[in-house]
Amino acid sequence: MPSSISSTSRSTHGSAVPDSTPLLEVRDLRVSFHTEAGLVRAVDGVSFAVNEGETLGIVGESGSGKTVSMMAVMRLIRDPNAVVEGQVLLRGRDLMQLAAGEMRSVRGGDVAMIFQDPMTALTPVYTVGWQIDEQLRAHGEVSRRAARDRTVELLAEVGISNPRRRADAYPHEFSGGMRQRVMIAMALSCSPSLLIADEPTTALDVTIQAQILELMRRLQQDHGSSILLITHDMGVVAELAERIVVMYAGSIVEEGPRSRLFRDPQHPYTWGLLGSIPRVDRGRVRRLTAIPGAPPSMLALPPGCRFEPRCRHRFEKCSTRPELAERAGPGRRDACHLDPAVRPALRQSSLGGAQESRA
Amino acid sequence: MSAPVLLEGVELVKHFPVRRRSEERVHAVDGVSLEVRRGETLGVVGESGCGKSTLGRLLVRLRDPTSGSIRFDGADITTLSRRELRPFRREMQMIFQDPYASLNPRKRVSQIVGDPLRIHRTSSLGDVRGRVRELLEVVGLSPDHVNRYPHEFSGGQRQRIGVARALALNPQLIVADEPVSALDVSIQAQVLNLLDDLQDDFGLTYVFIAHDLGVVRHVADWIAVMYLGVIVEVAPADELWDHPIHPYTEALLSAIPVIDDENGGGRRERIVLAGEVPSPIDPPSGCRFHPRCRYATEICREVRPALVDHGGGHVAACHHPLTGAAKEGA
Repeated sequence: MPSSISSTSRSTHGSAVPDSTPLLEVRDLRVSFHTEAGLVRAVDGVSFAVNEGETLGIVGESGSGKTVSMMAVMRLIRDPNAVVEGQVLLRGRDLMQLAAGEMRSVRGGDVAMIFQDPMTALTPVYTVGWQIDEQLRAHGEVSRRAARDRTVELLAEVGISNPRRRADAYPHEFSGGMRQRVMIAMALSCSPSLLIADEPTTALDVTIQAQILELMRRLQQDHGSSILLITHDMGVVAELAERIVVMYAGSIVEEGPRSRLFRDPQHPYTWGLLGSIPRVDRGRVRRLTAIPGAPPSMLALPPGCRFEPRCRHRFEKCSTRPELAERAGPGRRDACHLDPAVRPALRQSSLGGAQESRA
Repeated sequence: MSAPVLLEGVELVKHFPVRRRSEERVHAVDGVSLEVRRGETLGVVGESGCGKSTLGRLLVRLRDPTSGSIRFDGADITTLSRRELRPFRREMQMIFQDPYASLNPRKRVSQIVGDPLRIHRTSSLGDVRGRVRELLEVVGLSPDHVNRYPHEFSGGQRQRIGVARALALNPQLIVADEPVSALDVSIQAQVLNLLDDLQDDFGLTYVFIAHDLGVVRHVADWIAVMYLGVIVEVAPADELWDHPIHPYTEALLSAIPVIDDENGGGRRERIVLAGEVPSPIDPPSGCRFHPRCRYATEICREVRPALVDHGGGHVAACHHPLTGAAKEGA
């Protein structure tokens, strides 16, 4: 994948790296919900950074906290029973401290979002063009006519043919893929420095997914924005992200540059995830190495490592919670008590059956 | 290699009226013939709206075809009445996509899994309970959970309940319609492994319908690719994977995101199809794929291509098949 960004392998957690302040830095984010059944710790101490021009992918299964993290970053969690703690620094400015009005100008301005289901993100009662015009006018002094011209330009840029006429169509007149293009046009309207994409292609068919991924890649090259991509699909992060964060049960288990994370995964959960996917890039396997059991209830998280109950390699130490730290070389972090030296052998043994080709 | 054919669809057609008394028809399935051999898995892939789910329902006669016929184990079941169909129902079961919608929330697991036994009176009523416990164990659930309701289970466990229900009558054939697409990947793998074990243990025959090509390739012996209500290509799984003949299959395979491009060399040249799938109400003339096909010529607009055998059971419906020579020229 073409990429002009080279400064991305720097680790940027905790202490700030002086010469390259990340665009977005999330520090020790915690989100919990008070429910009738008890306290749900949806996000439990998550720290990561997105550098300028970089695409960071966050992968995790349902309930891993990836979407809640994103909502918290954008301060979109309005549930009165929710408690959100931590810092979200956008170019060093803590979004958590902003007044509601200031936050509104950040959303859709400097930071734009696209969601999984564009039908629920678009208003069904207004035309697509009207919705993009409104966004442009809300974030700048623009005349109606100028806004519409820009809207038409944006629609053309995301590959909608006959944009001037299509701007007058309603969302239901578009197909799923076309709606996602509209969402992207809307997100781009204020030239955001960060685009947060939450499962942008999950609702789409593979051939349409390929179109949208192609579009996002091209737009990133043209505009140089950073992308925070949230998905459950390893294939999609592999296509788009340069650096990947793997989440499980509300915390980060592993982080690293794409190629190294896929070729030399460090955390047993990542091994399990990769072993669970029928790999299209390799020979067929006889059997998938599924992860036994199910993710823990967020009401009763295991006291130590969150993955301990499902881990084939657990030992005494796993009853204490491992810290996310650099254990396997610079630029990579993981939260596992296993000695990095023994990991390759263990990984081989747990993925062993899966690597064997059906021939 | 040549196990006897268990299930056969011949020129199956299913048209749905767009609205009542309307002349317009959705051509959901439009002339599909296929064979499923005993003990094998036929994977059916295609994008949303291609008719794969309708096809699955036709095959087990949950819907009646507009025309065409279905043969099960040599018997024509196309026009059998409900009563006549009963013994066949026992042999053909279905697993559905949504483990939330396909289980009655007001019934206990013992009822859900036991109902087929009671309806078909295969076990005496006293034995039903024991059989249900046995089935739960087979699919990897605790037999002690018989009295629970579906909401007390996770998505993966619910899908196991659906599998137990399908297995209750010892069927020969199971049609699984997107059985894992609603599940998280780690759970998907568990269910795929379970289906695989059950096939070995009970000699089951599967029709496995899915949009995820990676999953289909993993489970299937044969793969049929559908586009707009027709089958465009059928081949042994690995053969289809390595040598697609139809341009749609080629594009579909190339669209799959690849995890590690440097390790397996599995990355194909990405063919990004222009546009979208046309409406099945008024499908394109000739070859249905021609408006999006990069190899299309005049003949593709006019003549509907027939499925042609390219050797080894690999059939494709294309005027410009991507076999060795043609590919060079393209």
